[in-house]
Amino acid sequence: MIKRSRLRPLRTLGHGFIKRIWRLGAGARLFWLTLISSGESFRRFHLTIREVYFTGVMSLIIIVVSAFFVGMVLALQGYNTLQRYGSSEAIGVLVALALVRELGPVVTALLFAGRAGTAITAEIGLMKATEQLSAMEMMAVSPISRVIAPRFWAGVIAMPVLNVLFCMVGILGGYLVAVPLIGVDAGAFWSQMQANVDWRLDILNGVIKSVVFGIACTIIALFEGYDAPPTAEGVSRATTRTVVTSSLVVLGLDFVLTSFMISL
Amino acid sequence: MERTTIDLWVGIFVALGVAALLGLAMKVGNLTTASIGETYTVSANFENIGGLKPRAPVKSAGVVVGRVADITFDPATFEAVVSLSVDKRYSFPKDTFANIYTAGLLGEQYIGLEAGGDEAALKNGDKISQTQDAVILEKMISQFLFSKASEETKDSAPSKASGSSESTKIDDDALGANPLDAL
Repeated sequence: MIKRSRLRPLRTLGHGFIKRIWRLGAGARLFWLTLISSGESFRRFHLTIREVYFTGVMSLIIIVVSAFFVGMVLALQGYNTLQRYGSSEAIGVLVALALVRELGPVVTALLFAGRAGTAITAEIGLMKATEQLSAMEMMAVSPISRVIAPRFWAGVIAMPVLNVLFCMVGILGGYLVAVPLIGVDAGAFWSQMQANVDWRLDILNGVIKSVVFGIACTIIALFEGYDAPPTAEGVSRATTRTVVTSSLVVLGLDFVLTSFMISL
Repeated sequence: MERTTIDLWVGIFVALGVAALLGLAMKVGNLTTASIGETYTVSANFENIGGLKPRAPVKSAGVVVGRVADITFDPATFEAVVSLSVDKRYSFPKDTFANIYTAGLLGEQYIGLEAGGDEAALKNGDKISQTQDAVILEKMISQFLFSKASEETKDSAPSKASGSSESTKIDDDALGANPLDAL
């Protein structure tokens, strides 16, 4: 007979695994509940609009500023390499494709998780800790349809909008560096870009990515808040987990989505 | 915060988003140029299509008149069958010549249509019989080296191998397909 204490690492492993599976299932259940009880967030659309304000409009500054700098850096770095091969006019294509296909959706989602996802988690975690959610249930108001669903749809609406703004501002930043600063021909910059960026394969796929990331980031933030232990420590840990999980999920999903989109 | 203010800001936010999407579509993407309306399909057989891909442009006189719809392999003739969607507004004579060109040094490959003099026009489902294969850079270089080598040996051995005649044929092909595009 083996001593019980020898089995402890295995027990820890099993416990951690079961806990992860349980959380995944609970998250999926919350996602499903949100979907089927999201009628109210559209009937009383001002609830959703309010959340779009807090998740989308309030994230504008960080999104626009980082997009501008990402675009400028892309143009500088791209020019440095491209001019060795005598094709510095392709800088427009490089900046546009990099932004529209990958950097736009992914960086927007990462910033969104940090800016809006944490706010959602902390808000809902505190609402739970101060028993506001229980109070709602006592008044026969479903916290899922009154609190969770509007925030979910707000995130799903805000993310693609932020993504296209990120791409556009990034391209403008790249333009500012490439054309007035470096001296690439403006006509070549735009025409090469237009010739090589496809509406459906590049732009629409980027928007689809950002919609998926919006769903993932928002539902993770909502679940972490809803699941947080109602203590100060619990909420702070949940907020950290939101950022870590959202970032990892976004990067993983990005690989999966890209591999599907490339093969199509 | 007041509800009307929030509504206003969200309105501005969404309007900015739509404007950015329109900007991406019009200024960055090729939605305006890619809008080919009604098309008709013609096919062309090539012995070698090089790096031609579906959705590559079909140009005539440098103007995009259509896109490559589909590329298949014909196991009977061992040729590539390329179907082209050509804009209905443009009709081409039956003896139109289809070439595969390369844009720039290492650019994408596209199909160039050169109109012939036939009275009858190409219809949906027709086949372009006169085609010119893609120029394969390695093939050209090896043929060039081969012909150089045979030129050098010409004085010592006047009775050349049959390879030389083939090399001249390929050189003619290369000239026909505008070697400046490939080089």
